[in-house]
Amino acid sequence: MAWDFRDDLPIYSQLVDRLKRAVAAGKYPPGGKLPSVRELAADAGINPNTVQRAFGELERDGLIFTQRASGKYVTESAERIDEAKKQLAESEVHHFIISMRALGYERGQALQMLEESREGES
Amino acid sequence: MPILECRGLTKNYGPVCALDHIDLSIEPGRIVGLLGPNGSGKTTLIKLANGLLQPTQGEILIGGEAPAPKTRAIVSYLPERIALIDWMTARQQLDFFQDFYADFQREAAEHMLAQLGIPLTQTVKQMSKGTREKMQLILVMSRKSQLYLLDEPIGGVDPATRDYILHTIISNYNPEAAVVISTHLIADVENILDDVIFLNRGKIALHSSVDEIRETRGMSVDALFREVFKCWEN
Repeated sequence: MAWDFRDDLPIYSQLVDRLKRAVAAGKYPPGGKLPSVRELAADAGINPNTVQRAFGELERDGLIFTQRASGKYVTESAERIDEAKKQLAESEVHHFIISMRALGYERGQALQMLEESREGES
Repeated sequence: MPILECRGLTKNYGPVCALDHIDLSIEPGRIVGLLGPNGSGKTTLIKLANGLLQPTQGEILIGGEAPAPKTRAIVSYLPERIALIDWMTARQQLDFFQDFYADFQREAAEHMLAQLGIPLTQTVKQMSKGTREKMQLILVMSRKSQLYLLDEPIGGVDPATRDYILHTIISNYNPEAAVVISTHLIADVENILDDVIFLNRGKIALHSSVDEIRETRGMSVDALFREVFKCWEN
């Protein structure tokens, strides 16, 4: 039942990342209601203060907002969500390039392999 | 004001020093892990907080007052051993708690028992060990207290029961209260803790937030615990 978290990073920052991904992927749609702190804490098997801290960070980021007395909601701004999505995608690309470089592939070779892998699909 | 405070708290059992000049303060709204190997003083500290033992030196304060019947009204205590009454049914145990504690929320307790399929007519004697552990925790967590002292709540239960117990703690504690969980099963409780206190041979070896440990050391509390207590043996 509890979610898996890495050992070497604070849990709240891992939760921020997970929630960002969920919003970017539309699992929580624009304007949609988020689970309560307590629900999410129970679901993930983590401390409610940790969830609160992650929500705080997302709120400062403008990705979610608080409707007083009713809870937290995903922003309705499609641009803000796209921006978050793009940031996540850029970080994935960055990690990909770094991993490939560590294996000894230059940028061009890495891109070529990416291209080939796409052709291999479907 | 801290809900739990120790000043120079010392407890000797004859020539054996169980707690050695402990200074400690725990604020409301935190879930705190009291972590240490066997014999490090965890249970002694919790018993002192409940007034079951008297300090040899120094003091321990609950909401600014020495442990007494008045402080027990705001402290919910899960003892290390099961303290249910054998001949009572689940319902009679609920009556008993309701009589004793003004902050007992019977509906919450009944709801949790129903969720687990524990009949109110079952006697404690008829319950398995795991069921007794759950029953006891349900009674303790159904109080709306200011301080929860849970002594080894997950010792000796199977992983599914452990999940249930941790889930029950997170979803039932009063958010303005402090929860102290003593255990040596760190990996199991780490994710639900705000702060940790490492006790070693009656002294506080570390008092820190879990986020800070992960941020500054890039390791889990479990890994740090293994490191700290390994160093001591060398």
